[in-house]
Amino acid sequence: MSFDIRNITLGEKITAEDIAEDLEFLDDWEERYRYIIDLGKQLPGLPDELKTEDRFVRGCQSQVWLETDYDADADTLYLAVDSDALIVKGLAAIVLSALNRQSPQAIHDYDMDSFFERIDLLSHLSPTRGNGLRAMVAKIKHQAEHLAA
Amino acid sequence: MTFDVAALRAQFPILDQQVNGKPLVYLDNGATTQKPVAVLDALQNYYRSVNSNVHRGAHYLSDEATGQFEGARQIVADFLNASREEILWTKGTTEAINIVAQCVARERLQPGDEVLISTSEHHANIVPWQQACLATGATLKVIPLRDDCSLDQDAFEQLLSEKTKIFAIGHASNALGTLNPVKDMVAKAKAMGAITLIDGAQAVAHFPVDVRDLDVDFYAFSGHKLFGPTGIGVLYGRRALLEAMPPYQTGGEMIEVVTFEKSTWNQLPYKFEAGTPNIAGAIGLGAAITWLSAQDRAALEAHENALLARATEKAEAFDGLKIIGTAASKVSVLSFLLDGGHPADVGMLLDKQGVAVRTGHHCTMPLMDSLGIPGTVRASFSIYNTLDEVDRLFEALEKVKTFL
Repeated sequence: MSFDIRNITLGEKITAEDIAEDLEFLDDWEERYRYIIDLGKQLPGLPDELKTEDRFVRGCQSQVWLETDYDADADTLYLAVDSDALIVKGLAAIVLSALNRQSPQAIHDYDMDSFFERIDLLSHLSPTRGNGLRAMVAKIKHQAEHLAA
Repeated sequence: MTFDVAALRAQFPILDQQVNGKPLVYLDNGATTQKPVAVLDALQNYYRSVNSNVHRGAHYLSDEATGQFEGARQIVADFLNASREEILWTKGTTEAINIVAQCVARERLQPGDEVLISTSEHHANIVPWQQACLATGATLKVIPLRDDCSLDQDAFEQLLSEKTKIFAIGHASNALGTLNPVKDMVAKAKAMGAITLIDGAQAVAHFPVDVRDLDVDFYAFSGHKLFGPTGIGVLYGRRALLEAMPPYQTGGEMIEVVTFEKSTWNQLPYKFEAGTPNIAGAIGLGAAITWLSAQDRAALEAHENALLARATEKAEAFDGLKIIGTAASKVSVLSFLLDGGHPADVGMLLDKQGVAVRTGHHCTMPLMDSLGIPGTVRASFSIYNTLDEVDRLFEALEKVKTFL
């Protein structure tokens, strides 16, 4: 099956609210990380030909690629992400659950730090982690800001 | 005398803590070592009772601070078998190498000249030479690796020529632990007329180093990887070379006479120490070396070798684990990959179990590129680690496997 960014339903079928509720029920770290890794495994990755320099988000520990597609008629931004590391890909899936298939304005206004704090994963967004996730969120926000302007 | 690791460990208060609800297993000693009480006390005592600027001599505290600061320089000189004029305080290994790149390489290199380094160097022993080459038209040459990640000595001898003006080599590889035959290599490079430098950042904590015996021109290391504070390091330089070099930075402390028209330079080692130095750092490093030298270093080395032997044996028996760097001669570093496990995932899942390792390219991107891997998981051991902790690492790795 060929890759179509608009087939990624994360953010619509599974929302940030769903993920927050799921994580609330998982109290030990093993269950939480198995859940995060599972989210990453379910997320369609980017085909190799899309893993280009301009889609690349550099991290010290792991790499992230980000693809975006804006539907101007529907004022909707479609997102796809991939990472070479499982946990980072799972965390990226969580980011998509909050931002994918939203309007640029809604993406721009979204408080990702508060969401990650609520689900007790804020440390992964910290600048010290160097996993590319923070840079990815910044890149999405930057594009959304540009489109919303 | 038998070596008592529990008694040694008790001198490192930071090790006695829980991380993520588990007893901390600190295996990131290649990045930085922990500090014994002797060093913590020296730092505390300096700021509580001695703090004053050095080399001013106008009052009691300044004399006391200067005495401790210069005393620490003598401790380092004795530690390396050098003289105190040849010991320069730096921020760390990186600055030490930059001083040589700036004040030797950029001054002397001509188009057609070559700088020779190896594939397994830390970025700190690559980028300063690369930039010096770019600025002067010289060429950077790189010794390749053999299959076990040791340096290809045949290739080294072929790359070495009269064009080799500078030879800079790591004593031990930070990413893989490979111990390089630096004495032999330095001798061959000197025979071709090269100026030689050893990056000793990953060596000094593991075994005694004698710069006269190595017969090397420059030797660099960092205090924080030697049980000392961060922000302090050492450049040993052969006196004749240091005399001939221009200053690195200019300003206070490094001058003899200043007029608005010109300045003359202070004597060694002060010529290379512009500005108020890291006084507490130097004193702390002196305390670290004094403390280390009071231990039975042969017993410490034997203990580290036992840790590495146990880790290697367990790693070889571990299904789906590949050791990266299998040279016969290594410091106590185990770099590896797990099947299907990105190093970042393995590191995060170990951290959740209280085990601290480093993951990624270890500031050796060209090495990782040459091996065709994105990075490794690195467990680097020190004198206070225990065999039980090695076992804890592998128990934790068994659990990591269930996630991948």
